[in-house]
Amino acid sequence: MALDQSFVGRTYPPTEPYEVGREKIREFAEAVGETNPVYTDPEAAKALGHPDVIAPPTFVFSITFRAAGQVVQDPRLGLDYSRVVHGDQKFAYARPVRAGDRLTVTSTIEAIKSLAGNDILDVRGEVHDETGERVVTAWTKLVARAAEEA
Amino acid sequence: MTAKIAYDDVEVGTDLPAQSFPVTRATLVRYAGASGDFNPIHWNEKFAKEVGLPDVIAHGMFTMAEAIRVVTDWTGDPGAVMEYGVRFTKPVVVPNDDQGALIEVSAKVAAKLDDNTVRVDLIARSGGQKVLGMSRAVVRLA
Repeated sequence: MALDQSFVGRTYPPTEPYEVGREKIREFAEAVGETNPVYTDPEAAKALGHPDVIAPPTFVFSITFRAAGQVVQDPRLGLDYSRVVHGDQKFAYARPVRAGDRLTVTSTIEAIKSLAGNDILDVRGEVHDETGERVVTAWTKLVARAAEEA
Repeated sequence: MTAKIAYDDVEVGTDLPAQSFPVTRATLVRYAGASGDFNPIHWNEKFAKEVGLPDVIAHGMFTMAEAIRVVTDWTGDPGAVMEYGVRFTKPVVVPNDDQGALIEVSAKVAAKLDDNTVRVDLIARSGGQKVLGMSRAVVRLA
């Protein structure tokens, strides 16, 4: 069933701040096999001009995706989340995410399309730090595959 | 922000050093914990097959995280990445053995842009198939 087009352009309230910790960055960096010390050693990060350790570029997804959850699980939208796959992902960085950041995410539904029975949802997440500066924008395309005929 | 590669030293077509990244079931469990994505298609074979997948598959975001390492290892500073986007075209199937799967990533400079930035196009393959499409990053060089 096609999703309600009236949701296009809808912006959800900003999330509660997510505090980025050094050890969480370390855990993520190790999980993807990273060896660059800029993720784990504050001195190495400072040598590159960063105030503290920075996070790998895709780290922020776990924050923006959680925020997108309030969209995809909005019962009024009616997306069948059990059939959702991740189609595309894009980030535009104003600066890297770093330890000590307190990040909020504001999610907006950019587009809703129906293609061959699949529902396609584009969600933009604007990530700001506690001073209100934009840190990164994340665009997530989710595809809810058509249910098979019973 | 201190990239170790100079803008003036690269040309369109410059290849970045290619890399291969192994992924096993243990890698996926670890990534699930670190990322908070506990979708069972990434660790439960029975569940994955029930929803029509050939086997457990890697998180798309894991593959995306590995692919950009070719770029960040090249620039030295991951803070040089201004934009990064991919399309998830095929899943990386991870068998339940000690070998797992291999994600092979190559990249080249596709365009020189303003402000000392370049566009890098990436190719990620696993099991002979392209697993990321439209995979591009914009990075600022020294």
